[in-house]
Amino acid sequence: MKVRFKYSRQGELRFIGHLDIMRYFQKAMRRAGIDIRYSEGMSPHMIMSFALPLSVGQTSDCEYMDVELNTPISREEALSRLNSVMAEGIRVTDMIQVAEGKAGKAMSLVSAADYRVKIRDAEKTPEEYRHSWQQMLDHLGLFLTQSDIEVTKEGKDGLKNVNIRPLILDMHQEEDSLFLRVRAGSQANLKPGAAIRSCLDFLDLSMPEYILSVNREEVYADVSENGEHKLVPLGELGI
Amino acid sequence: MKKLAVDDSILLSVDKPARYIGSELNSVVKDKNKIDIRFAMCFPDVYEIGMSHLGIQILYDMFNRREDVWCERVYSPWTDMDRVMREKNIRLFALESQDPILDFDFLGITIQYEMCYTNILQILDLSGIPLHAQDRSDNCPIVIGGGPCAYNPEPLAPFFDMFYIGEGETQYNTLFDLYRKMKKEGKTRQEFLRQASHIPGIYVPSLYQVSYNEDGTLRQFMPLYDDVPARVKKQIVMDLTDAVYPEKPVVPYIKATQDRVVLEVQRGCIRGCRFCQAGMIYRPTRQRNVKVLEKHADSMLKSTGYEEINLSSLSTSDYTQLSGLVDYLVEKYGKEHINIALPSLRIDAFSLDIMSKVQDVRKSSLTFAPEAGSQRLRNIINKGLTEEDILGGAAQAFRGGWSHVKLYFMLGLPQENDDDRRDIAHLANKIAAVFYEEVPKEERHGKCQITVSTSFFVPKPFTPFQWAVMYSPGDYLGFAATVNHEIKAQLNHKSIKYNWHQAEETVLEGFLARGDRRCASVIEKVYRSGQIFDAWTECFHYENWLNAFDETGVDPDFYTKRPRSLDELLPWDFIDIGVSREFLKREWQHAMEGKVTPNCREQCSGCGARVFGGGVCYEGQI
Repeated sequence: MKVRFKYSRQGELRFIGHLDIMRYFQKAMRRAGIDIRYSEGMSPHMIMSFALPLSVGQTSDCEYMDVELNTPISREEALSRLNSVMAEGIRVTDMIQVAEGKAGKAMSLVSAADYRVKIRDAEKTPEEYRHSWQQMLDHLGLFLTQSDIEVTKEGKDGLKNVNIRPLILDMHQEEDSLFLRVRAGSQANLKPGAAIRSCLDFLDLSMPEYILSVNREEVYADVSENGEHKLVPLGELGI
Repeated sequence: MKKLAVDDSILLSVDKPARYIGSELNSVVKDKNKIDIRFAMCFPDVYEIGMSHLGIQILYDMFNRREDVWCERVYSPWTDMDRVMREKNIRLFALESQDPILDFDFLGITIQYEMCYTNILQILDLSGIPLHAQDRSDNCPIVIGGGPCAYNPEPLAPFFDMFYIGEGETQYNTLFDLYRKMKKEGKTRQEFLRQASHIPGIYVPSLYQVSYNEDGTLRQFMPLYDDVPARVKKQIVMDLTDAVYPEKPVVPYIKATQDRVVLEVQRGCIRGCRFCQAGMIYRPTRQRNVKVLEKHADSMLKSTGYEEINLSSLSTSDYTQLSGLVDYLVEKYGKEHINIALPSLRIDAFSLDIMSKVQDVRKSSLTFAPEAGSQRLRNIINKGLTEEDILGGAAQAFRGGWSHVKLYFMLGLPQENDDDRRDIAHLANKIAAVFYEEVPKEERHGKCQITVSTSFFVPKPFTPFQWAVMYSPGDYLGFAATVNHEIKAQLNHKSIKYNWHQAEETVLEGFLARGDRRCASVIEKVYRSGQIFDAWTECFHYENWLNAFDETGVDPDFYTKRPRSLDELLPWDFIDIGVSREFLKREWQHAMEGKVTPNCREQCSGCGARVFGGGVCYEGQI
């Protein structure tokens, strides 16, 4: 039985890297006594697939992880057992059953993600940076009217220019924060920081990224119907 | 959400920020307003090393069981963080509360190896604690040192308020009770230190006076006051079975060096190798009851989720219930993909049988530690291992499917000559030959691989070799060259790989291991020159040490290369480890005669550890 867990990762756990979170969940599954399938071969390991790695420094309300269960377990039972052995900062919020095989593979489904960005600690942030942030929020429209937004990306074959405009699906102000919906996954991926940097550059503003808190709010799969793109949260793709 | 001591801008700019945030699973957070004693427990090396240390996990658990104590952890900030903290004037903080160490009642530092001494000064300095104990005011934490290097605390004496000699499980409660009482009474630091010196195992260096002879040797070492004990007695737990053991060890997010459950099956070693300090200071050997170990294993695996458990001790094959314990673990956890690690096994039929039960033969390599190449020298060091044992063990291992063997040796041992060194190559060659004889061509999985590693011998206090002379770095490299040259001349040289240890570090380790109070100025000088993390090759700079010797006028050769007479007063002689000086002398003389001493289970050799009234000394007698 293949299932998808949804969990949140908040607070200091923003400093834990993706690989360490994978190791964390392997241990957590054993602590909770959840019977997960292992790979075959010389050195068996738990089969786990994470939807979209979270950058160090960012938090998330919505991380997805797929596993295969040897012994089926109810959603309530799984959540209660896991949450009784979680470290502070991580909560498992949902479990759904998903399709077997590739069709249900979290990582290959990812197409977009939502982020909310704001100044982490306004009191400790210099006036100058707060001003830049407000300026940026006020002029998002100007930035988005461009049909072509070139950024220089470092790829395998050196530097290359990429147009990130099509990768920004939504970018607007909500009170003092910025809401961002960007393409994500293996097909096309835009990091929220890259969008913000590009916007700041365009508006001739400057501000360090570390004063911002970036929280991921949703991860989507693209379910095309009749050639029309439709984004559905990964957590709603159960069977 | 807790407040971190360091800003995001810094944490996102250093390597592995998780080293500095705490919040690990099973870490303990208390309300600081409801406790009387705040204890910062420090391992003066980088987080991943410090988090792998069992002793701290035991004491962390034990201290935090007390309602009036909150024990937190602190490690050496890596060089990148160290730099930022100095630049921005950020005080060193404890992981759990993120509060400055300066706010604590105690700073406890475990001293596991000599090459961390400069890091101890880093910890003090970054905390804002004066390096010299005599400069500390009443509201500074009490700085207390422990661990194996505390058995010769003298080179560090000026930097510590007190040392704890022995195993922490025994006297900390007494110390805390005294501290709490005296703090409430508003007593001064000096008054507390004086009272604490009456607790068995507590050594307060400022209460002792040292004088030297004209030739630089120690003349006298004595307490300044009548009420301060002249000898400090090592403290050990006699009932290990019922001693505290952490049921919920702290689990780091980032991968620590020891990324597994550690189950200590026994303490001490029956073998009596003459170079080995652990084999002497942890006497007598004490075992834990197997039923209790099974329970500990269960609760720790459950509370951590680790996928490996390590059966730890100095010589695990000598644990009499090993077979039963392994059977229990294999039976219960084999299906759950939990691996059982068995380091420190002596390679014989019994161990190979156990090892084949717990691990995939093809993945693992076998480790032998003959320590010396020739039988003559193995007898001198009392490594009760014959060439027959080694070759017989290797033959069985090869037949069992192993093809990779690691061999550990020491160079620079007392009485060692070039023939002994060349015998290292010969032994490796014979082992390779055994492979080709024992394993038919069609059954070989690739070539046989023998890795020979040599370290240079460092004489340690409280061993029969505490009187031995050391050599210069050039001499050591010459010894290694002899081995290397001879290996190249062997028939099976293509199957043998040779590594050797750094020579300069060895000499410094030797200098610090048998140093006295005068050596402290060198450590301080080296630290002041910007040197930390001496144990890390990329950070170690020998020139800084050479300059410090020059500037302080301390001659390292006096401590390393000078022959000591057997009746010379040694800086650590005031410590009583139970094992008598007479026994060590006798063992030194037996070594010179090439005479082997039987292990504790074969025959008691009267080392003196019987005074503790238990352990292997009384096995089968009660």
